[in-house]
Amino acid sequence: MTFDNWLPLLILLTSLLPGIVIFVLPEERVRWRTTLNMGGAILKLGLIGIMIWGVRHEHVYDFRMPILPNIELVLNADAMSVMMTALSGVLWFLTTLYAIAYLETSPQSRSRFFGFFSLCVSSTVGIALAGNLITFIMFYEMLTLTTYPLVVFRGTPESMRAGRIYIAYTFGGGAAFLIGVAWLKALVGSVAFTEGGMLAPYVGAYATQLRFIFFLMISGLGVKAALVPLHGWLPKAMVAPAPVSALLHAVAVVKAGAFGIVRVVYDVYGIEFSGELGLLQPLTAAAAFTIIYGSVRALFQDELKKRLAFSTVSQVSYIALGVGILGPIATIGGIVHLVNQGLMKITLFFCAGNFAETLGVHHISHMNGIGRRMPWTMAAFTLGSLGMIGVPPMAGFISKWYLGTGGLTAGKPWVIAILVASSLLNAAYFLPIIYRAWFREPAGSWSARPSIGALETHWMLLFPPLITALLALLAGLLADAPFSPLEWARLITAREYRP
Amino acid sequence: MTLPAWIVSLPLLAAVFTFVFPRIRIWAGIFTAIITPLMVVFLGREILAHGAIQMQVGGWQTPLGIQLYADGLSVAMLGITAIVIGCITFYARCYFTGDVSSRYFWPLWMFLWSALNALFLSGDIFNLYVTLELLGLSAVALVALSQTADALSAAMRYLLVSLTGSLSYLMGVALLYAANGTLSIKLLATTGAASPSIATAFALMAAGLIMKSALFPMHFWLPPAHANAPAPVSAVLSALVVKASFYILMRLWLVIFEPFINPSTAQLMGVLGAGAIIWGSVQALVAERLKLLVAYSTVAQIGYLFLIFPLSSITQSNHTAWQGGFYFVLSHACAKSAVFLAAGSVIYSFGHDRIKELHGIVRRMPVSMFAFALASVSLIGLPPSGGFIAKWLYLNAALTGGHWWWCVLIIIGSLLATAYVFRFFSRAFSYSPEVVEERPVPWIMEWTALGLALCALILGFIAPAVTTLLDAGNPF
Amino acid sequence: MTISLLYALVGVVLLGIGLYSLIIYSHLVKKILALNVAGSGVFLFLVATANQTSGPVPDPVPHAMVLTGIVVAVSATALALALACRIHQVTGTARLTENEPE
Repeated sequence: MTFDNWLPLLILLTSLLPGIVIFVLPEERVRWRTTLNMGGAILKLGLIGIMIWGVRHEHVYDFRMPILPNIELVLNADAMSVMMTALSGVLWFLTTLYAIAYLETSPQSRSRFFGFFSLCVSSTVGIALAGNLITFIMFYEMLTLTTYPLVVFRGTPESMRAGRIYIAYTFGGGAAFLIGVAWLKALVGSVAFTEGGMLAPYVGAYATQLRFIFFLMISGLGVKAALVPLHGWLPKAMVAPAPVSALLHAVAVVKAGAFGIVRVVYDVYGIEFSGELGLLQPLTAAAAFTIIYGSVRALFQDELKKRLAFSTVSQVSYIALGVGILGPIATIGGIVHLVNQGLMKITLFFCAGNFAETLGVHHISHMNGIGRRMPWTMAAFTLGSLGMIGVPPMAGFISKWYLGTGGLTAGKPWVIAILVASSLLNAAYFLPIIYRAWFREPAGSWSARPSIGALETHWMLLFPPLITALLALLAGLLADAPFSPLEWARLITAREYRP
Repeated sequence: MTLPAWIVSLPLLAAVFTFVFPRIRIWAGIFTAIITPLMVVFLGREILAHGAIQMQVGGWQTPLGIQLYADGLSVAMLGITAIVIGCITFYARCYFTGDVSSRYFWPLWMFLWSALNALFLSGDIFNLYVTLELLGLSAVALVALSQTADALSAAMRYLLVSLTGSLSYLMGVALLYAANGTLSIKLLATTGAASPSIATAFALMAAGLIMKSALFPMHFWLPPAHANAPAPVSAVLSALVVKASFYILMRLWLVIFEPFINPSTAQLMGVLGAGAIIWGSVQALVAERLKLLVAYSTVAQIGYLFLIFPLSSITQSNHTAWQGGFYFVLSHACAKSAVFLAAGSVIYSFGHDRIKELHGIVRRMPVSMFAFALASVSLIGLPPSGGFIAKWLYLNAALTGGHWWWCVLIIIGSLLATAYVFRFFSRAFSYSPEVVEERPVPWIMEWTALGLALCALILGFIAPAVTTLLDAGNPF
Repeated sequence: MTISLLYALVGVVLLGIGLYSLIIYSHLVKKILALNVAGSGVFLFLVATANQTSGPVPDPVPHAMVLTGIVVAVSATALALALACRIHQVTGTARLTENEPE
């Protein structure tokens, strides 16, 4: 086994091992914990950098281990995995910084939090690097298990209720997914991810069964990806602390679901084959409905995190929409939105967390004039919101542009209508917040945590959203630069549609 | 090659010694707990190298002499017995310290181990009866060890059921002998033809063994017995003792009876298994005490085992089905014992196990709760664990044959298991500022539970090696 | 009807009586007695099978089985009686309580 074989496993271990060690660390060992966390994150980023360079030059990074009589655990780095892994790695690093500061005053055990946090990231990386459906499902279920303790971290009755709903939805989805995978394996014998899909030869004998399997798998994945009507857990899970919401909504859980949908359609079924089987229409319809539904619900939420939650429900379906439209341009749009939405949404959640933690503000109606009090945070929030609406040169504009163009080229002009409607709705629920924050007078004086220092809040709470907002801006501005998310999405699509 | 005989005799000798010389009981127990697994490992290597091993005890020839027979499946069962009992021995050392019942625990414990080893190494059906009885008697006495009225009634009930089961089994043995003239399992596999006496023999033996395995609806004795016994005893009962009778049933079915019995019998067992899964899970959902919840979980998981019968009758998936079933046996043994040990630690620390009052114990006993969580992962059948492998093999077996209804059942079972596990976990994770009386738990107790839970997890990764072992010596 | 067939039938009848009594009687000692009777029935059946061999010498294997079975039955009965005594001491009654512990 060469270094090329070990690399995927190493990337996984850089968060798994620190996580396990953190569990047994006594609560007081703050330095150790921080070192392990940051060390692991930096090491992971380094290894991911190597992987990015390698995959660009068509290296093969492959780790296999037989796990069942004729099935292997496969960690494989293709272009898609690398993109998802890079996103996870960067955002993990920033969220860890943020969480360390956020949880400083928490009475709960931080060892437990960071232990599960690291395991959660390992699961996400495992999902990203999975080379077949079995490996995917193993890490997918691990993700559910490791995120549950984070959701119920505060231990209050609402947290427990949210946790129960979360488990009910995600395990139900997991069960559907498992049946789909087992069925597929029994049917065709192989469940590996192959660029361009591998089920096309089976269309004759098994068409109906393949349709059922697709339905099962997408339902299972749709729970995590918050496709309506499987999205019910997401707003409830907002009771978790802000770092958890940030991670869950930008990187881990929803992205895992969306990523899974991308994998199933492109690398198991194959995009043209999916079109042949008529599977894309229902998917696109569900995605379109979710986009509008999520945005409409978001309009009526006064709690900031709940509004962001419904915004996530809506935005993640852009990815599903891109997947459902046949054609490389739409594919590019969907895939690049994986990264863009991640960056923008995590910015918004970081900011929401800052408002809650520093000023005790949870509701939008209390946010009058908050821009004067916390200008940098609000600036980041503004950038993120503009990106969500789709204003150039933010990254969100790039995704919408490609989705729209893709829809037109595929002969589906109604996609443009959906996109426009959604952007308008986004504006309708984001612009008022921005207006309130900058241009309204505050209702009373702000209650603030003492000893913040010169900055408006702790530097570890302030810098992560600024960095992610900046990244979202750069992803849009420098979209044509090499190694940008857009460029990478083009690479993936080119390899996907290779004859 | 006298290793099989030693594997049986060492715990037997230890039992006698600990009874006659109570002072050395703990050392004798620990010594056995270390040496016996080593012997099993050596036996395993022998079998992987040379195939199945036969041994005549004392040099006496069959049919009057006792023949010990070891193939891959026996060694796998011996191995898991050694691991589970070995770990629980260390746990019990701390659990029973300073207790009068500790004096009687050790001899009974060693007798139990010896009986299990002898059972897995038996080569003829009458020897199986003897070992079954020895196993039952030791288990009953161990259940009665806590001396409470509930424990004593539970033990009595268990004893009566156990004796009835053995009697039924013995009658089956008698019929089988009358029809075929031999007791040896290997010979019975080759001779024999369909006849009413074979069918009756099977019915009697199956009835007896099903009673002893607590398959629904013969499960009524299990929850009180497992819930009222001391924690180490509950652990070994759920993990191994009920599996022993299942092991015998499985052996006899696949080796001797299957060609001659109406295939709808297999479906009937599957239906009973389904009933067990549903009923056991539902009862676990409403149980008020933690140990009762876990005991009902055992009832449900035993239902999974009996799905081997209908699944193995699907010709294409015969091999996969019984691999899945035995993988269930192995992982459930580790996982369930871990769960009972963790529950035992909870009782040791707080004095009770009423679920409603167990708020926030994740913070007070993190190691035990982690063990409980890991073991539950295997019980529910989530990856990466032995339980997932077993579930996958079953799903594969069912889907290859197109029998999708078993799939639905298996998935429903997992979801119900999730429900009752999380019913406990919600309480455990919730934040509770109240101060509660607690006794500090010795670290050995918590870490043995964690060790067993990790075994269940590790089983999820070594499936190819384990299935190779199971196939050694061609058991089927 | 041969003598061994008679023995076998009687054995089966005893087994049936024993199992029936086990179920309907609630007093513990009666249950234990019922099990003994059932056990004797099985042993009788086994003795009957020993006569199947042609020739004057009966088959020794069932005899060995019966002897072992008797030993096992004695130990089991001893344990059962001891338990029954203890239950009587602790609960004051020699009947199994029917309620499940909750």
